[in-house]
Amino acid sequence: MNVIELKNVTYKYSAGTPFESVAVDDVSVSIEKGEFCGIIGHTGSGKSTLIQHLNGLIKPTSGEVLIDGKNIWDKDVDIRNIRFKVGLVFQYSEHQLFEETVYKDIAFGPKNMGLSEEEIDKRVHEAAENMGLSAELLERSPFDLSGGQKRRAALAGVIAMNPEILILDEPAAGLDPIGREKVLSKISDYHKKYGTTILLVSHSMEDIVKYAEKVLVMNKGKIFCHEETDKVFAKQDEIIKIGLDVPQITKIIMKLREKGINLGNDIYTVERAKERILEYLDKGTIC
Amino acid sequence: MLKDITIGQFFPGKSIIHRLDSRFKIILDVAYVVMLFIAGNFYSLALAGVFMVFVYLLSGISFKLIFKSLKPILPIILITCLLNLFFISGEGEPLVQLGFIHIYMEGITTSIFMTVRIIFLIVGMSLLTYTTSPIALTDAIERLFSPLKKLHFPVHELAMMMTIALRFIPTLIEETDKIMSAQKARGANLDTGGLIKKAKALIPVLIPLFVSAFKRANELALAMECRCYRGGDGRTRMKQLKSGVKDYIALIITAAMFAAVILLNIYIPIFGL
Ligand SMILES: Nc1ncnc2c1ncn2[C@@H]1O[C@H](COP(=O)(O)OP(=O)(O)OP(=O)(O)O)[C@@H](O)[C@H]1O
Ligand SMILES: [Mg+2]
Repeated sequence: MNVIELKNVTYKYSAGTPFESVAVDDVSVSIEKGEFCGIIGHTGSGKSTLIQHLNGLIKPTSGEVLIDGKNIWDKDVDIRNIRFKVGLVFQYSEHQLFEETVYKDIAFGPKNMGLSEEEIDKRVHEAAENMGLSAELLERSPFDLSGGQKRRAALAGVIAMNPEILILDEPAAGLDPIGREKVLSKISDYHKKYGTTILLVSHSMEDIVKYAEKVLVMNKGKIFCHEETDKVFAKQDEIIKIGLDVPQITKIIMKLREKGINLGNDIYTVERAKERILEYLDKGTIC
Repeated sequence: MLKDITIGQFFPGKSIIHRLDSRFKIILDVAYVVMLFIAGNFYSLALAGVFMVFVYLLSGISFKLIFKSLKPILPIILITCLLNLFFISGEGEPLVQLGFIHIYMEGITTSIFMTVRIIFLIVGMSLLTYTTSPIALTDAIERLFSPLKKLHFPVHELAMMMTIALRFIPTLIEETDKIMSAQKARGANLDTGGLIKKAKALIPVLIPLFVSAFKRANELALAMECRCYRGGDGRTRMKQLKSGVKDYIALIITAAMFAAVILLNIYIPIFGL
């Protein structure tokens, strides 16, 4: 079943003024329930604009946004309920922290939902645990945390609303490798544990390949493709043509192909590259 | 929605008005304001209006923008209009008499006169910021007030503060938009409810905004110090302000208008005010 469906969505910033610019251009796409979808695209390709349509922060200039088959801009839909259902974590989400303690900050979303005290307490602890924040951190001021901890606290603030769909805009941007790994693996664990539909915007091919099942590639406000990870990276040449990077290991394999050593065009992890290289060497000795 | 405010915005262009020396522009703008207050009858006010339209045409700023700049101060204009209408009493019979409300002919003329004057005032002053970049504006202010340095008035520091403040207004607006979106995504209710509820709802927006503003200020100060900034003494500028023939022509035209307004005041009987 499709939890998200976009039909011919177009969005123009400053519509009707001389500064008008089309950020999302006639996009139609569906996301299945439980899908872990990576979104990539060069800077300014409209990723952030696109995902803000999904919880009704932005109203499309034309086109329809359907969540669970229902148009979210219908008159009988309360847009706040959509926001609880579709959790959205912004780029540099630590900027949203404002409460005295991490606990209170995580509780902000659930409180807005009008939940009972016990339920809020349960959800805060659960979300903190899922994001790897120890109970002791909950009583600290969010401004005293490290960058990576702040980021995970902000994530917990959205996760505590138990959204059916979780959308993350570059959750690992600006963190060191260990911080990146920690944030992303927590998100991946969360996906496995609850089966939540996840959309993950990232600039890093390595991360997308590692965690996402499907990839949505954006180019100049349009969808370039939306397919399984394997199929997307089989189009290496086209992806490079639209100004995107492929994983480093794929680049090495491509260089090898130029030199006449063809190992196949579906290699984007180091493990698979190792297998193929060993296979190739074995064959080489046989010949 | 925050982006709709045009007062104080700069619209880059190459018109003769854009190219005038910003020091002259400030002086002439002040002169225009004084002119509006001297204008004592409809003829002199109309002349000031014609002059303003002329300058707007020269600057190439669209008239649509004028209405936009008036929108936020519409309440002030309305209040002025109504106060004058109801509270000015004149000789003879009132035109309208409804309970305690008396409207006289004098009330109507004064009310129209004051409203037009306020509109001219706002529109005229907006032209200065529409056609002058913030940097040029603060530069000019610094130069115009530099005699005050003798009195140990921190002219350079104030001008620098203004420059920085103006530079960061768009950044802060953008950031406010972002933080508001982030809190709305967590179900914050920013648009509905009474006044107190609305004020309370702003806390999740204001605190992160202050935190990042302080951080930014700190970083900027550090960056300036790293480049050995130590105040205005002996500082030279990349862009020198230069006055030329066109500036003196503008000065002469404005002075002529000024004289014309005074003459109209003297030779045509004052009414209303
Ligand atoms: N608030 C805004 N006002 C006007 N134009 C905007 C605004 N935000 C984005 N844009 C424009 O819309 C286009 C898409 O921007 P968007 O932020 O969605 O890109 P993105 O894919 O998220 O980029 P990045 O990877 O850098 O985050 C860009 O051309 C950008 O200049
Ligand atoms: Mg973005």
